Amino acid sequence: MTGLRRTLKRVRAFWNKPALDAELEAELAAHLEFAIEENLERELTPEEARRVALANLGGMELAKEQQREARGLMTLDILIHDLKYTLRTLARDRGFTAVAVLILALGIGANIAVFSVVNTLLLRPLPFPGSEQLVRILEKDPKGGESSMTYSTDAMQEFQAKNRSFQQVTGYFAFSGSDNVKLMGNGQPQPVTGLMVAGNFFPTLGVEPLLGRQFSAEDCLKNSRPVTMMSYAFWKRRYGANPGIVGQTIDLDGTQMTVVGVLPNTFDFGSVFSPGKKVDLYAPAILGEMEDEGNTMALVGRLKPGVTLAQAQSEADSIFPTLLSNWKHPEYGHNYTANLLGLKDYVSGKLRQSLIVLWCAVGMILLIVCVNLSNLLLARAAARGKEFALRTALGAGRGRIVRQLLTESLVLSGAGAILGLGMAFAIVAWLAHQGSIALPLLGSLRIDGAALGWTLLIAVTTSILFGLAPGLRMGRGNLQAALKDGGRGASDGRSHERMRAALVISEVGLACVLLVGAGLLLRSFLHVLDVDLGFEPSHSAAISVDCNDCRDAVKRGVIWRQVIQRVEQIPGVEAAGITDNLPMSVNRSWGIQAKGHTYRKGELADTFVYVVSPGYLKSIGMRLLKGRDIRWEDNDKTQAVVVINETIARHLWPGEDPVGRIAEVGGADAQVIGVVADVHETNAETEAGWQMYLSATAPQYGPEGANLVVRTKLPPAALASGVTRVLREINPGQPANEFRPIQTLVDHASSPRRFFMMLVGAFAGLGLLLAALGIYGVISYSVTQRTQEIGIRMALGSSTGRVQRDVLGKTLRLAVAGIVLGSVASLAVARLIASLLFATSPWDAGTFAGMAVALLAVALVSGYIPARRASRIDPLVALRDN
Amino acid sequence: MPHDFVAFLCGNATGVIAGMGKLDLLQGTLDLMVLKTLAAMGPQHGYGIARRIEQVSGNEVLLNQGTIYASLVRLEQRGWIESSWGVSDNNRKAKFYAITADGRKQLAADARYWERLTGVMEKVLAMSNEGGPA
Repeated sequence: MTGLRRTLKRVRAFWNKPALDAELEAELAAHLEFAIEENLERELTPEEARRVALANLGGMELAKEQQREARGLMTLDILIHDLKYTLRTLARDRGFTAVAVLILALGIGANIAVFSVVNTLLLRPLPFPGSEQLVRILEKDPKGGESSMTYSTDAMQEFQAKNRSFQQVTGYFAFSGSDNVKLMGNGQPQPVTGLMVAGNFFPTLGVEPLLGRQFSAEDCLKNSRPVTMMSYAFWKRRYGANPGIVGQTIDLDGTQMTVVGVLPNTFDFGSVFSPGKKVDLYAPAILGEMEDEGNTMALVGRLKPGVTLAQAQSEADSIFPTLLSNWKHPEYGHNYTANLLGLKDYVSGKLRQSLIVLWCAVGMILLIVCVNLSNLLLARAAARGKEFALRTALGAGRGRIVRQLLTESLVLSGAGAILGLGMAFAIVAWLAHQGSIALPLLGSLRIDGAALGWTLLIAVTTSILFGLAPGLRMGRGNLQAALKDGGRGASDGRSHERMRAALVISEVGLACVLLVGAGLLLRSFLHVLDVDLGFEPSHSAAISVDCNDCRDAVKRGVIWRQVIQRVEQIPGVEAAGITDNLPMSVNRSWGIQAKGHTYRKGELADTFVYVVSPGYLKSIGMRLLKGRDIRWEDNDKTQAVVVINETIARHLWPGEDPVGRIAEVGGADAQVIGVVADVHETNAETEAGWQMYLSATAPQYGPEGANLVVRTKLPPAALASGVTRVLREINPGQPANEFRPIQTLVDHASSPRRFFMMLVGAFAGLGLLLAALGIYGVISYSVTQRTQEIGIRMALGSSTGRVQRDVLGKTLRLAVAGIVLGSVASLAVARLIASLLFATSPWDAGTFAGMAVALLAVALVSGYIPARRASRIDPLVALRDN
Repeated sequence: MPHDFVAFLCGNATGVIAGMGKLDLLQGTLDLMVLKTLAAMGPQHGYGIARRIEQVSGNEVLLNQGTIYASLVRLEQRGWIESSWGVSDNNRKAKFYAITADGRKQLAADARYWERLTGVMEKVLAMSNEGGPA
């Protein structure tokens, strides 16, 4: 208590210095007068009385100093003094200060931004209460895309009933695409994205509606009144955040749906479950109507408190194989497996390594920045040798000087941190709105308390890292030598230079590692771009077609045929076709096998299925290798047709011609009529799986929607209005869906790789720049230091070419040493990132050679400028000057 | 109590200079002396306190009078004494210090501690060569 009171008083005293000093002055004056008076009474002479009084007091200044020290905060006083001095010095040296702060800001800003990304994706828990209990349930071998990551509604309900590990098990419908429903109202129908979720979806996640209520059990029954909940963003965008919307009905695809709730701003389905997707409306899945639809639900569960993932997994291992996919049809069998994955792992587990690599890369940038700053400060310290020698001579202790230098580096890194924080804010704000990057949780990216703490930590760490070496060196300086010749003592200068050379070599080495890493990632990315996707995304674009009558195969055929014929007449359109699912977007899978053949377990694979119109294969640029395309007439009720990809052909009819063979597809017979080249259906990096294409007019199969694909040499935007007009003429209810180039799908799929590659590349560029600056600084400084020596050599007949060669040679020695060290380090680092590479060896010779050439070139350029200066030294001036 | 006493002892006032043959006082004892002086004499200015301590000690310690002011500011910040400007007997303006109720409590506590300590020290120093009590 008294301790706290005293501290507060001391702080107050610190701010009240002049008044308290005046009071102390008066008090001591009174003291002196009392003493003199008493001494006079003892009959001393006035002079003697005063002398004795002062002697007894023990020194006026000492008394004041002691009182001030007891009264206020001495350390803070010194700190303020150091700060003032630092600001004065830095203000005098504007060029140096600006460069230093800018370098620091780049390094620190990049670090904060990357930390924010890492924190959001990796460190921070998911934005749900008790999120560590949330688990995603997947098949053990999810090769068939979404279909092998989902379960039937019957299986879901049975698992809900049988398990003892979960508080709740819930799910969402995994196959809805974007813009899958039309919102009718005034004017044109608007495309919106709707998603069906199990009734307990939001309660399981712990998401409470901002307005209104959750879905109730009645909402999920057959023939119940249709209800919907809307996302916060949609509520704000479409309804101006009007709270009155709850209780009103909206028209979705002709169904009147009552809005029962609005979800909070913090809930973003897409950012967690499907990066890049924006869901507008949610409807309860009516489980009683979905039992015949196969595997449709993606499962999420919340573990009971105290139940570990391993316990739940072992229980699931015993339950899932017994689950029936359809209660009414036990003959469909049961072949489920379950792989329980923490939801957090599911969301960002795949990105963990990339993020860690990114974090390391940006940490390396910070190291380079520190080395660079160390170097700059060393050069400066050399120039300030005399100043420090003078201060030492006047009584400043070594500690005080080191403290002064540390204060300087703290001020610099503080300024750098503030500027860097500004940069990071801008970067993070920009990133948070990059919907086109398929990274989860990006929307919730922000600079939070943790990021600010991180900023403080790295600011202090960097300042100590780059400030300590020069500080300690200066504190050790030889006083006499420094005072005598301004710190240019020969021996001191040389060890100084050795230290700076070591710093530059390490800087080049670090840049080397960064360059190799970035180079390998760049090559991987280029390889990814080079992958033969099996289709040509560049000249195709797609638009989602609204079609209410498409459940019926005959009507579907008529409408689709009409759409395609009309669209193909638009000038500029080369081909048009319709598919239910596009590659690299939503997918589903069924099974296929050769008729009359029995297969061992594991011989067959989940097969991606696409219901397509004639001409689709051509419109998206797929290659038909054998047989023929689908025709409108392929609508036989007894025997369907199927176009398979090479992978299926290889597995089911090895060494034979599959065309003409009969296969069993989705419970019906289908004749193989053609073979197409494999398509990368998920992304360019994943090997193609089994794929088959079914006729749009076949009554046996139903599509999952309709996407019109148009092939054109024109930019898709030029065709958008024409295509939409045609679609409207055929169906006035066609909403204003986006006409999207197929390339955006491909780009979206590769966007995480592009994102990481760009960032690491940017860091490598920054590293290269800083290394160049470091080399320039050291060489330039050594030329300045050796002006006299160079002058003498030139006076003795050395040619300008010789001098230039010497300086350049020195530069190259530094660079080569750095490159050799860096290459060795790179070999180790490259192995660590091997799993992030695509079709690229971690020891890719081209990358290493490119790195070495780039660094040597940069080193030569940065050495050439001082070399030129050296060769222009006028011996006369150089000798006279000293 | 011990906590405050430790703070008390660790105050960085080397209050007393030991002259030739004079006592070198433990750090912080000056604060205790000041408290006691104010408790015994009533409100007093810095010079008065310093002189009084010198007199009472019978010139066994030579006080470096200036250090009294560091002690005074310390005690005042802890709330054990308070100060106000007033006029002395010989009509001089001076800052007068008075002990507070908290200060008296502290004084009592510290004095007790000090007595116990001196008691222990006496016994220890009175030990006979055999190690038993004298």
